[in-house]
Amino acid sequence: MMPGESLLEVRGLTASVAGVEILKGIDLNVRAGEVHAIMGPNGSGKSTFAKVLAGHPAYEVTSGEVLFEGKNLFDLTPEERARAGLFLGFQYPVEIPGVTNLSFLRLAYNTVQGARGKDELDPLEFDDYLQDKLKLLHIDPAFLERSVNEGFSGGEKKRNEILQMAILEPTLALLDETDSGLDIDALRIVANGVNRLRSPGNALVLVTHYQRLLNYLTPEFVHVMDQGRIIKTGGKELALELESRGYDWVSAEYRALRAA
Amino acid sequence: MDALKSSYLDNLLYGQGQIPASRLSWLNELRAEALERANALTVPTTGDEDWRFTDLSPLYKTALRPSPDAVEIAASALEPWLISEAGSRLVFVDGAFAPNLSVLQPEDGVAVLPLASALTQHGERVRAHLAQVAPFGADPFCAVNTAWLRDGAAVLTDRNRDIARPIHLLFLSASPGAAVYPRALIVTARGSRCTVVEDFLSSHEAAGFTNGVTEVVVGENASVRHVRLQRESANAFHIAACGVRVARDGRYSSVSVSVGGRISRYNLNVLQGAEGTSFEIDGLALISGRQLADTHTFLDHAHPQGRSRQLHKCIADGAAHAVFNGKILVRPGAQRTDSAQQSRNLLLSDRAHVDTKPQLEIFADDVKCAHGATVGQLDTEQIFYLRSRGMDEPSARNLLTLAFAAEIVERIALPSVVRRLEHHLARRAHNGGKQ
Repeated sequence: MMPGESLLEVRGLTASVAGVEILKGIDLNVRAGEVHAIMGPNGSGKSTFAKVLAGHPAYEVTSGEVLFEGKNLFDLTPEERARAGLFLGFQYPVEIPGVTNLSFLRLAYNTVQGARGKDELDPLEFDDYLQDKLKLLHIDPAFLERSVNEGFSGGEKKRNEILQMAILEPTLALLDETDSGLDIDALRIVANGVNRLRSPGNALVLVTHYQRLLNYLTPEFVHVMDQGRIIKTGGKELALELESRGYDWVSAEYRALRAA
Repeated sequence: MDALKSSYLDNLLYGQGQIPASRLSWLNELRAEALERANALTVPTTGDEDWRFTDLSPLYKTALRPSPDAVEIAASALEPWLISEAGSRLVFVDGAFAPNLSVLQPEDGVAVLPLASALTQHGERVRAHLAQVAPFGADPFCAVNTAWLRDGAAVLTDRNRDIARPIHLLFLSASPGAAVYPRALIVTARGSRCTVVEDFLSSHEAAGFTNGVTEVVVGENASVRHVRLQRESANAFHIAACGVRVARDGRYSSVSVSVGGRISRYNLNVLQGAEGTSFEIDGLALISGRQLADTHTFLDHAHPQGRSRQLHKCIADGAAHAVFNGKILVRPGAQRTDSAQQSRNLLLSDRAHVDTKPQLEIFADDVKCAHGATVGQLDTEQIFYLRSRGMDEPSARNLLTLAFAAEIVERIALPSVVRRLEHHLARRAHNGGKQ
């Protein structure tokens, strides 16, 4: 993907869960090389948006379209989206007892590599491949022998998400509140890790409540979501303004604009 | 149907009279007594509490004959089932000892040999335990097995010996339509340790009936690890009883895995014979299609300071039906018993079915007993998580099913067996639950 080329085009997206409409018309364009932040109060639909893009089966897309590298995203199953280069870093990574983290990572890596027409790695080769990624995120190799996310601290789970991102090398990563549950040191490690994974050909969409992650990962665009819509888009300074003033003024401004 | 049931045991016993008499009069008496009991008992129906969920009508409608003598099996046919870690291996084809397929590895401190030989070489020791630990008084299948008793596997350890290499007892059903009667006796002397793998297999896909009895005597401060693999054909009928008696400070651990059989039933009865014993009882049934797998365990805490840990898992796909009944009895005076039982069940299809019944009966006041049962399906969030990392849905379901089974399979702790079982489970899941 060339810098500046369109990676993700979301047009008029609405979606519901159990018959309740959560997303009420979202428009968003993400180009290669960009960092976007989506901010907003709890319940505004940020996480739903991320899950809909990743293909969570609980959400029903009711209208609108999403193009991922020019292709209709909704023609793809969740696994096809992952293989095509879309990555969701989960807000609450799922625990999978009985599957070691190492075998999970290798299976994910080889599945995606195979689908991209690249060589798979045997266990020894994969171990080598993994070493650099572990260092990048300051992860103790002992953590590979544990079951996926089982008994991990909040910070370990989030680091494990970024480790998966490092391994799968997505073109578009959606990081859903990757900063929540991290202390300041862990936040720095995770943010630095993500920074190192950036390239002109890929893009990041950060779903977050707080400015603090954005100190490390500077967004070109900050979007405010409220009640299932993006109600304001600005530059990185908008995040600082939200941090000091809260969200209410943005909602008020939006309502006034709509009324006019 | 009633006439069918009452004559059923007669059919099974047809030909039993032709067993040549033993030189051991006590053995002849034992068989005669078992024959008498078999004639007095009737086969169970779903009207019996212990068989409520397991309808044996398909077995009763299947014409069976005694196993023919000496079926030839090529050694290469056993290749896929061999256990690389094992020392001695005893192979029985349709219940008959197959010396050419067996490996009798001379090893200090243990005798591994056919029961027929043990009867002469270790007569008193065998006599002291045979048919004592798995009594046939109330169990018609056990009575029929004992009435047919001619040979089997014997494992006898000496005092304070640690038998490092596992002993593999392989029971192969080779004749379609035959009824076969595997038998095993494991007696461990004070302070000894051993691992025994009992393996039940079929070399054909037709119906047949395996009616097995195993007896395990754990000596004072002795330790027995007992692995039981039932991987017969999906058309086989398999009913087996295992009686275990554990002496003071003895340890018995059991991992039983059932993947085969059209209808299978395993009765495991473990008796605490003195203070300070430890039982670890783990089980896994993984079935599909129209299979039924029933496990009944009875842990009898009859003395103080007994500890038991039990985890039983069932995974049912297709229209399969899994049954677990886990009875734990804490008798009066069995103070400071510490017992925990878990039954965990996974249903992979809407038509699959599980009946699980923990049954605690406690007659002592200073005890710790916990039990729990869960029945669930694969977690949709876990499936989505795996799919979001590129795995397709069948692979994700397969991986999660294996992970559920792995907790039990890994307790087998023999790498070659664990690997092969995991491979078998993976292939099975890959075929959509078909064998």
